[in-house]
Amino acid sequence: MTSATLFGLCGAILIGLGLFELITDPHPLRKILGFNLLGGGVFLVLGVVARRGAAAGYLGDPVPQALVITGIVVAFSATALAVALVVRLSEVSGRVSLAYASSEQTDSDGAEG
Amino acid sequence: MIADAATSLDAASTHGYLLVLAIVVPVGGVLIATAVGGRTAERTAFAVIAAGLILGFAILLDVWMTSRPLAYVLGNWAAPLGITLRADGISAVMLVTTALIIAATALYACADFTIPRDGLEARAPFVFWVLLLAVWAALNTVFLSGDLFNLYVALELLTFAAVPLVALSGRAEAITAALRYLLFALAGSIFYLLGVALLYGAYGTLDIILLHQRIRPELAVSLAVAMMTAGLLAKTALFPLHFWLPPAHAGAPPAASAILSALVVKGSFFLIIRIWFDVLPGSRSLAAAQVLGVMGAAAILFGSIVAFRQARLKLLIAYSTVAQIGYLFLLFPLVVGFEGSPWSATAWTGGWIQLVSHAFAKAAMFMAAGLIAQALGHDRIDDLGGVARALPLTVLAFAISGISLMGVPPSGGFVAKWLMLSASVEEGQWWWAVTVVAGGLIAGAYVIRVMTRMLGPRLELPTLSVKVDRWRQSLPLSLAICAMLLGLLPLQSLELLQVGLPHFLGSAGR
Amino acid sequence: MMVALIVDVGLAILILFVAGWIVAVRSTFAAVIGFVVYGLLLSLVWVRLWAIDIALTEAAIGSGVTGALLLRTLSRLPVEHSERSANGSFRFIAGLFCAFISLAIAMVIVALPEPAPTLAPEASAGLPAVGVGNPVTAVLLSYRAFDTFLEKVVLVLALVGCWSLAADRDWGGTPVLWRYSDPDGVLKFLAQTLPPIGVLVAIYMLWTGADHPGGAFQASAMLAAMWMLTIVAGLMRMPRTNDDLLRLTLVSGASAFLLLGFAGFGIVGSFLAYPPDYAKALIVAVEIPMTIAVAATLVMLVAGPPQRRDMS
Repeated sequence: MTSATLFGLCGAILIGLGLFELITDPHPLRKILGFNLLGGGVFLVLGVVARRGAAAGYLGDPVPQALVITGIVVAFSATALAVALVVRLSEVSGRVSLAYASSEQTDSDGAEG
Repeated sequence: MIADAATSLDAASTHGYLLVLAIVVPVGGVLIATAVGGRTAERTAFAVIAAGLILGFAILLDVWMTSRPLAYVLGNWAAPLGITLRADGISAVMLVTTALIIAATALYACADFTIPRDGLEARAPFVFWVLLLAVWAALNTVFLSGDLFNLYVALELLTFAAVPLVALSGRAEAITAALRYLLFALAGSIFYLLGVALLYGAYGTLDIILLHQRIRPELAVSLAVAMMTAGLLAKTALFPLHFWLPPAHAGAPPAASAILSALVVKGSFFLIIRIWFDVLPGSRSLAAAQVLGVMGAAAILFGSIVAFRQARLKLLIAYSTVAQIGYLFLLFPLVVGFEGSPWSATAWTGGWIQLVSHAFAKAAMFMAAGLIAQALGHDRIDDLGGVARALPLTVLAFAISGISLMGVPPSGGFVAKWLMLSASVEEGQWWWAVTVVAGGLIAGAYVIRVMTRMLGPRLELPTLSVKVDRWRQSLPLSLAICAMLLGLLPLQSLELLQVGLPHFLGSAGR
Repeated sequence: MMVALIVDVGLAILILFVAGWIVAVRSTFAAVIGFVVYGLLLSLVWVRLWAIDIALTEAAIGSGVTGALLLRTLSRLPVEHSERSANGSFRFIAGLFCAFISLAIAMVIVALPEPAPTLAPEASAGLPAVGVGNPVTAVLLSYRAFDTFLEKVVLVLALVGCWSLAADRDWGGTPVLWRYSDPDGVLKFLAQTLPPIGVLVAIYMLWTGADHPGGAFQASAMLAAMWMLTIVAGLMRMPRTNDDLLRLTLVSGASAFLLLGFAGFGIVGSFLAYPPDYAKALIVAVEIPMTIAVAATLVMLVAGPPQRRDMS
């Protein structure tokens, strides 16, 4: 097993962990952390693909590496927007939760996100 | 060999630069509007809309006249290293649909989001105009990009433009809905990216046409396509991943709801089509197509029934979106597995007419509901009595849109459902026909329910809290008439929808 | 070879342990601190995968700026009651589902083709035309420049989205970072001595990124950190969100790309193409406004929506 494959498996587990936190934790900030773990796992998979593509004198394929850099910046912007929504929600409603307080929302699913 | 094929596919596009302009002009508008702000934001938006309409129609005409897709290689770096833009038949149709609906929405939104001549820049108008242009730029990139990672960036652009529109009112429900939408959308796009990573890991390219040539059936492909489809389903709000949509679309300002329901959810659906029919070669999984069809059928039935039970008009319309999206997914079991037969072309055409006519009809409905809510001060369905006297054009617009959603002739919705019905009966998959008919009946129930309230006798004179101009009422009406006119298109013109497809569909093709 | 493998295994186990801890720990504050640690460990993994550019970006943006953002957010939220209301059977089913997904991905990764398909030869072959030595820079700023261009727009949009969450009356006002009002403290000393060094390092990273690991994003993260330091110490003022110079700076990155694109269209015949002899100069030229714009955007994203419509 090469180190690339090892970190690929690591990425796969991070994806599972991140998705689990995104789905099950009710607190929105924890969901955002879960999303970041999930993203980190996906970037690791891309990085592993890059490492395996070492050729032409390079130690890694530059295209997936560039994709990961773009992805990290996009993931940060996403976190910033999500976090701003959470803060605003707490300012407007006094609580931090994705459950709808209004009874007019007749949608039956409440706890998931 | 592969390079030759790619070159020949992308060759002979003298007007390829139109594709770049279609993306870059709205982006330029976003940048100018952000930098200068104030009244310039609104003026920039209208300038961009004018340019964008011309560009959209120009691309449509070119693809139609030449019956070939348009292509443009960015930076002179051809695939696989660089990014190529491509416009085939469905891209061109979506470009024009988007341009028209955004133009109508901008005119509609003028009254709500305008800045007085001497006024300072205000939050809601500035944000609305910038994000409107951004949604347009993102959608055009989705329709035109031929590179899977570029499409990921386009998806994120679309999400970041749409989510703040949901939260624009600043109310707690809207912000909650926006946050939930954002989390769903982010999870969806990251799984899309995972699929892209696996495909690159297996085949070494991100270009759609090159992948099409290289892909072989194997586990990596199945998992990648499953991940990408699942992620995009979350963004398209297909049952059972739909529950972020009704609060989000109902809680947004009416102009934003129109854009969200008519166009934004169609962007991710467009990508699912791209992946299934342009990236995947030859035979696709019949079982997976049937699963998508079943989820679509569930969406139709569930969405329509829940829509009927709503107390508020905007929520009813939002659940109706959930239902109508289900029709789009019936396209999969009707086309996959029947490649080469004329009935797959029929189903394909039906699905796209459904998409376009729903876009016009739903935008019209949300605009009409917005006008009614503004005039009455509420949108409770049971208290809509007498609205027909007060806002006749608006109610007419709602009625015509409803006709299209129900699938009653003459309307685009009717043609779409009729085509899908014929295809499913001829292919022997009669169960989809039953679903289409049932969905139409339940849609009829909720449309008629609303119409009887609106046309009903006044118990008391409805006091209009805000006077609504006649020209503003004409906007949803014109969109609704567009939805109706789609039912009158000659069938030859619809071969445009097959330009640029791999020749499996048995007719026009390349 | 064996030592390297042991280090890798240890690193992987450590990262998974920290990630698991982030998911399981009760306190959100602890989870955020754990996340910063996780980010730094991830940077080490990137080094082991020989992706130095990514390691720099992950350490700077993924761990550093994101950590600052999350900590600032925590300070604005009410103290939570530890709410574990999701019921046990739901968590169990979700856990099974996530485990299944991880397993499927792991199976595909193990079965990826050997030899791996790669674009490294094509990237290498195109470098002379681009004039830079770092292939990742070539991908970001030449081969796939359209992606980078759109990504700048994504950043601007995220900021507009953040700003949209301000109260109507605060629009156009000033966001608030932390404020420390201790004029003779250590913080002020640091804020006076570090930024010049930091700016030099940023310039160096930008310049050297053309041929060695480094580049615009890493430099912009460094600039953003330095700017945040001076604002927090009170040496510089947070700009108002309707400040013309700020707005121009924020869009300057994407606008530079746009102008470059049209120039390429006019001179070479394709949008975002470079004239062969001037490629490297143009790349550095477009990286400068890009770095400044991204740095400003990063700072404003951490600062959040405008909070005060004050006259200060």
